[in-house]
Amino acid sequence: MYPASFEYVAPATLEEALETLGRYEDDAKVLAGGQSLIPLMKLRFAAPRAVVDINRLPGLDTLAAGDGGLRIGALVRHKTCEKSELLGGRWGTLGAAAPLISDPIIRNLGTVCGSLAHADPQGDWGSALLAMDAEVVARGPDGSRTIPLPELFEGPFVTSLAPTEIITEARVPDPGPAAGGTYLKLERKVGDFATVGVAVHLAMDDGRVGKAGIALTAVGPTNLRATAAEEALAGSDLSDEVIAEAARLAAEAAQPYSDTRGTADYKRTVVRVFTERGLRTVREGMA
Amino acid sequence: MKVTVTVNGQERSAEVEPRLLLVHLLREKLRLTGTHVGCDTTSCGACTVLLDGTPVKSCTMFAVQAEGREVTTVEGLAAAGTLHPIQEGFKEEHGLQCGFCTPGMLLASKALLEENPDPTEEEIRWALSGNLCRCTGYQNIVNAVQWTARKLQSDSAATGAS
Repeated sequence: MYPASFEYVAPATLEEALETLGRYEDDAKVLAGGQSLIPLMKLRFAAPRAVVDINRLPGLDTLAAGDGGLRIGALVRHKTCEKSELLGGRWGTLGAAAPLISDPIIRNLGTVCGSLAHADPQGDWGSALLAMDAEVVARGPDGSRTIPLPELFEGPFVTSLAPTEIITEARVPDPGPAAGGTYLKLERKVGDFATVGVAVHLAMDDGRVGKAGIALTAVGPTNLRATAAEEALAGSDLSDEVIAEAARLAAEAAQPYSDTRGTADYKRTVVRVFTERGLRTVREGMA
Repeated sequence: MKVTVTVNGQERSAEVEPRLLLVHLLREKLRLTGTHVGCDTTSCGACTVLLDGTPVKSCTMFAVQAEGREVTTVEGLAAAGTLHPIQEGFKEEHGLQCGFCTPGMLLASKALLEENPDPTEEEIRWALSGNLCRCTGYQNIVNAVQWTARKLQSDSAATGAS
């Protein structure tokens, strides 16, 4: 399968990349890992006039934690996250999601920020990062702005990014040392999209839940936050009863549809089971 | 536009359209047809090649992205008529039936063993989970990788002892 013809630009600087995007107005696409974009172009769901390959831009491959929290640069591959020892403990939601992204060969090229820009409601990073209150930094012709993920995701494959903007990094606030999380994914086989995924993140405060993040994959028009479940967990002692109630509320927040991967009822049940299982796992991990 | 790639140690150039996929550069421009097109939808891994030593799906990369980089295909495994140990392993353990997925399996296995010379069965299955075998010959493929790991270890022990 051949994509439609396009002009290929491989800029050496971010400024040049932005200038190129500006020149093509809304008809250029940014190529990072290409593991979603190129399949879309081959199927001709996407036929941009230009492709701006950012792989040669310097300084975009940082994966590091510091005072401002965790920074994931635009060229950080899934595989880098999978292998990183940094993504345990407080960043455990991300560390658990990384090895479940697609398959090992795709993880060598695909990027975290590219996955966010693609905004597939079946994407795993969207949920893992939503649960951890992440935001992206978008650079455009008028400078940089930060966009919290709930504002980035507008619908299936639709974001609030302007066509002339590039996500330069994702930022995750530091939840403190007494935090942990996990990500559970049901897939028919390696490399398939999630039937259902659930991201769980908990930041503890003096033995009780300070802040909770629960986000859902593949059961709505975007990755969804289960806000009512998060509220039920906040301030609680994480008893079995609280966990069961949070799981019930997460299932209620899901907006699943029936398809080849399962019926809506089945998927809603998986959300409940995974939320409960994830919360118990995190509770035990932090005990 | 012109693209120059080092393929199996040799610098090769071709005039290509930007939309040309890496797999088609290899197969059609350079006539290296050992790299197969299977699903053409980023699922099966038959087109796996090594890019600077890392397995990638060559149907999901434009040739122009490989400018200035090193690509290893299945043709680059055997040296001077001698099979690479991973090829020997697949031969010894009957790690192929129809052979369609084999080039990709070989390259993904080679990359695994370079990173992890003594993988567990689980690690082998995990590392090859992006490569599909429609003959479902997975058991012998895993055996082949284990055979090669043992061979490489005994070879390096012998070299170390001499």
